[in-house]
Formats: sequence, structure tokens, C-alpha cells
Amino acid sequence: MAVSENEKMMKLSLGPILYFWERSTIFDFYEQVARSPVDIVYLGETVCAKRRQLSLHDWLDLAYKLKERGKQVVLSTLTLLEAESELSQVRRICENDDFTVEANDMSAVYMLSEQGVPFVSGPFINIYNARSLNTLVKLGLQRWVMPVELSRQTLDEILTSSKKDFPDSPFETEVFSFGYLPLAFSARCFTARAHNLPKDDCRFICGQHVDGMPVQSQEDETVFTLNGIQTQSGQCYNLLQQLPAMRSMGVDIMRISPQSAGTVDIIQEFHMARLNGVDHVEVSPESCNGYWFHRAGMENCYFK
Amino acid sequence: MELVCPAGNFPSLKAAVINGADAVYLGFKDETNARNFSGLNFNDTKLEKSLTYARDRNIKIYVAINTYPQPAAWHKWQAAIDRAADIGVNAVIVADIGVMDYAVNKYPDLNLHLSVQGSATNVDALNFYYKNFNIKRAVIPRVLALPQINRLAEKSPVDLEVFAFGSLCIMAEGRCHLSSYITGESPNMCGVCSPASAVAWKNTGDVLETRLNNVLIDRYEPDENAGYPTLCKGRFKVGDNVYHTLEEPTSLNTLSILPELHKIGVKALKIEGRQRSPAYVGQVVKVWREAIDAYTKSPELFSERTSWQLALNKVSEGSQTTLGAYSRPWQ
Repeated sequence: MAVSENEKMMKLSLGPILYFWERSTIFDFYEQVARSPVDIVYLGETVCAKRRQLSLHDWLDLAYKLKERGKQVVLSTLTLLEAESELSQVRRICENDDFTVEANDMSAVYMLSEQGVPFVSGPFINIYNARSLNTLVKLGLQRWVMPVELSRQTLDEILTSSKKDFPDSPFETEVFSFGYLPLAFSARCFTARAHNLPKDDCRFICGQHVDGMPVQSQEDETVFTLNGIQTQSGQCYNLLQQLPAMRSMGVDIMRISPQSAGTVDIIQEFHMARLNGVDHVEVSPESCNGYWFHRAGMENCYFK
Repeated sequence: MELVCPAGNFPSLKAAVINGADAVYLGFKDETNARNFSGLNFNDTKLEKSLTYARDRNIKIYVAINTYPQPAAWHKWQAAIDRAADIGVNAVIVADIGVMDYAVNKYPDLNLHLSVQGSATNVDALNFYYKNFNIKRAVIPRVLALPQINRLAEKSPVDLEVFAFGSLCIMAEGRCHLSSYITGESPNMCGVCSPASAVAWKNTGDVLETRLNNVLIDRYEPDENAGYPTLCKGRFKVGDNVYHTLEEPTSLNTLSILPELHKIGVKALKIEGRQRSPAYVGQVVKVWREAIDAYTKSPELFSERTSWQLALNKVSEGSQTTLGAYSRPWQ
């Protein structure tokens, strides 16, 4: 089933890189991304303040280049802030003149709303109902990324009730649709712990694990993925087949989360699906989609 | 410093009050609070009885309405705020900005405390909640080190409450979906973590296995003490190593830094454990009351008494305690 003329085309976004990659790898990666059919690119470090392989200046350079190549660029901020230096880092991003910011902590929401600047809320800004969403819309939210643990049904209810109660709320909805789900943040670094290193002397050991470290149960079931202070899902979340359902609900953007290999192919696959439909899409039984179907996140409801 | 104590039922509330609580926090009997466990919490009659009991003794009551409502059940959170305001509790402990928006607009005189589930770890996050919802106090997630709390207290627009004792969340509260990933239920959505309904214990030969929604969380040899299968405290495999991948099962105990917490300007100390027994609550509150009184009486002479440590160690998870993020031995 192809998309008809009057149906709005689903937009595709590429989330921020969640892992610690080398500087040159990052530049090469975004060179490929620039040539891909993705519409929106989120740039910046959202996990660990110690990872500074790129300065804000470098990220802005990349942002201008991607913008020239026709991408909409958003700068993403850190999720868990502990030190004042981290707050300054976020403030510098929020005060940039040229790009929209994805707020991943209420501090960034505060800075942006105080400046009267429209913003995007990331998946760890807890919006679980229409009243929360609309409170933030009044403060300048122009797009929200749904918290990953919410289901299709809850999203539908939020959007329906939001439209009913606040018909004039203009905002876009983005859903994390492909990749390893960010599930938790801690003060501790679990990658350093896995290597028996203290956090202050971590030697940037997470750089050795470009897609994180898999955690298995004692009977070899993959449970989680360690990524520094972040814990991710053990299975890759994949909602590609849900593209038509999302479009009919009013989702504007599907987010793909970068992996070290194959990301551009995934973008291509999503792009083909938005043009030609999902009838021929194959989904790996190794992936998960439980959250979307109001089940445990690790489940795959296509293979039950 | 105010001693804020947990109550999962009326006997615990009495134990807290008798042993020296300044304030008691509790929740309604539904998913509007982050300890939504069967057999726990307060219906309207019990709450009114508790309120009368506490008021007669000059003790404050805080009601935790600190989970995140989804649209289909929004009315439950709204009703919880209405009931709390109606019976005149001293404060509600809230996390969801929709709930805060409702509360501050409908009941401008109702005191709002930001729950630890609100996940505010820095001054601008606190500014956000203060400016938009006029919160009076914030409970700080258990991720900050002592010097960080110190700097936060210097600049905070609101009073700070910190966790002093009890079970230890190692993830930033309000930003952890591990439980829903494995079981479908999480603290944010349902007020539970690693819910009992998903737990299975099974003996295979001499080995005891604990599971959550069929995922193996740990295996215990006969000489090991088995613990409740909380996800973040399980033994998993990374590469070839089987170990407590995220955290050892320990409890938080900040008795040794009581003077520092006071000097920093922390206004309230929270004891975790609404799910614990009245005996536990009584024991822990008694020790903390004695410690705070001893410190207040002569701050220079304060030192941790062995009897306090022994009493607290006896009730601690895994019989081990830690200063957690406050001291950061793993840093």
C-alpha cells in the first residue's frame, strides 16, 4: 500500500549517538547520514559529561554542514546533571542562536522556557498525560519524544485528549522507533564497573564498546546493554511495521537511534516503508516491541 | 532537621510517631503512589484516623501522590489531590507536572513537595518546579555526592529533603524503566518496581533461583542469603563474568554524615520503607531520633554510637550498609 497524495508523509529522525565513538568515526558517520533520506538529525552528548571528544564548536560545525545538506538539526542536551560545570555545558547549548534544542532534563526546559525559545522534549522528560504535555506546550514545547515505556494506546489517549481539551496546542509527536532503548541513568558507571575501574579513572573504557556491553542472565538470555551511566534494553526495539498505525494516530516523526553499523541501511528501510508501505517488511524475532503493545518492553508481540 | 518517616499502615504510623517522627508520609490505596503494594496504604477512614492521631501529637502528615498518571486513569490522581486537600494534609508529595498544574491551580494553598520521582538533581530543575508550581520542598534523588548537595543547597529556591536510611535505588529515580522492560510495570506508571506478581522462587537441587517474568535474576548456593529479585540487584553475566552487574544488595545509611547534612542546610531527612513492618519503622525511627537529638544537644560532641549501628545493621538489606552516592566509594 503506497502513501496517497493527501496523507502526510511520516518524517524520520536520527537520535543522538548514545555511545562513545571516536571523533573521526563521528564525522564519517554524519557524512553518510547527510546523504541519507533522514529528515531530522539530533546532535550532541546526552549520556556522560566526561565524553568530550567533540566540543560544542565541533557539534555546531557539524550542525551547519548537515543543515546545508537539507537536514533539520536539533542539539540534544545531557540527561542526568550532577555538577555545576554540567549545567554550564547545557546553558551554552540552550543559548545557541541557530538551532532548536532537545531538552533532556528539566534544567534545560527551564532555561529555554525562560528565554522564550521553543524546544523539543526528549524521552526522559516525563510526559505521561495530556495535562503534562499541554503545560509544557504553554512553556514553549513544540515537539515531544514520547517516554519509551508508553504504549500505542496511551499515546492515542494523550493525543486524543490533548486535541479535545486544548484544540489549539500546536506540537509534533515523535516516537523512538528503532534501536536499543535508553532505560535508566545512574550516578555510577556500569561500563567502568564491568572493567573494575573507578569512575574517576574510567580511561574512557566505554570507547571500546561502540554498541555498549551486552548483559545476559545466567542462562544466556540477553537482558540489558551497558552504556556507561546509562542502561539500555538488551533487545533492539523495532516499530517499523507500526508506521501506518502511527501515521493514522497523528505521530509526525519516527526516531532511529544510531548503531555503529547499518544505521544508514535502517534509515533506508524506514524510508522505503514510508513510500511503499510495510507489507513486505520483515521483522527479526530477536527484536522487541512490547512497550508499544502495552506489554513488558522486552517482549516481541509479533512472535507470541 | 525534620525526621520524615514512612508508614504503610496505621500500626507503622503509630510506631513512627511513638519513636519520634516529626512527619509521616503515606499513600492512598491505589497506583497514585510509588509503593502500590497489596496490603499496604490507606483508605479514607484509615487516613482520617491517622490524621487525627498525628495532629493530636503535633506530627505532620504528607501524602505521596508521586507516580505519573496515564490519561485513562487521570481521574484517580485528580481525586487523590482532591482528597488530600479536602482533609487538610500538611503537604502532598508529587512528581507529575500535570498533577502539579492541577494542584496549584485548584488548591493554591496546598503545600507541594517535589517527589524524588520528579528527578530534580540541579538548581535549574528546582527553579523550574518552584517557578511554575510553587513547590516548597524537593526530595533529592540518590545520585548526588555530598559536595554536590552542598552546592545545590546554597542555591536552591526551596528546602531540600534527602534520603537518610533504607533501601537504595541506584538509578536516578523517575528515570528508570528497567522494571517495565522486564515485567510491564514500573515505578513511574504503576508505583511498583520488580513487582511481586512477577516473582518466582524455585529450588533446583540445592540451588535457589529467583526470576522476574521468567527472566533469571539470581541463583543462590545453599550457603548464600537469598534476596528479593529486584532487577538492579541481580547477578548477571557480562562477557564471562557473573557478578552484581549494577549494584550489590545494600542499604543506605547516612548516620555518620548527619553533622555534614545539617551544616549543608538540608531541612529534612527521609527514612525509606513504607513497605516495611511496624517493628522495622519503630526501630529505625528510634535510632534516628536519638541521633538527631544527640547532635542538636551538642553538635561538637556528636559521634556515631555503636548501639545505633548495631540496631540499624540488624534491619538492613543484605546486612550491609553504604553511604551510596553521598561518599561514592566507586568514584
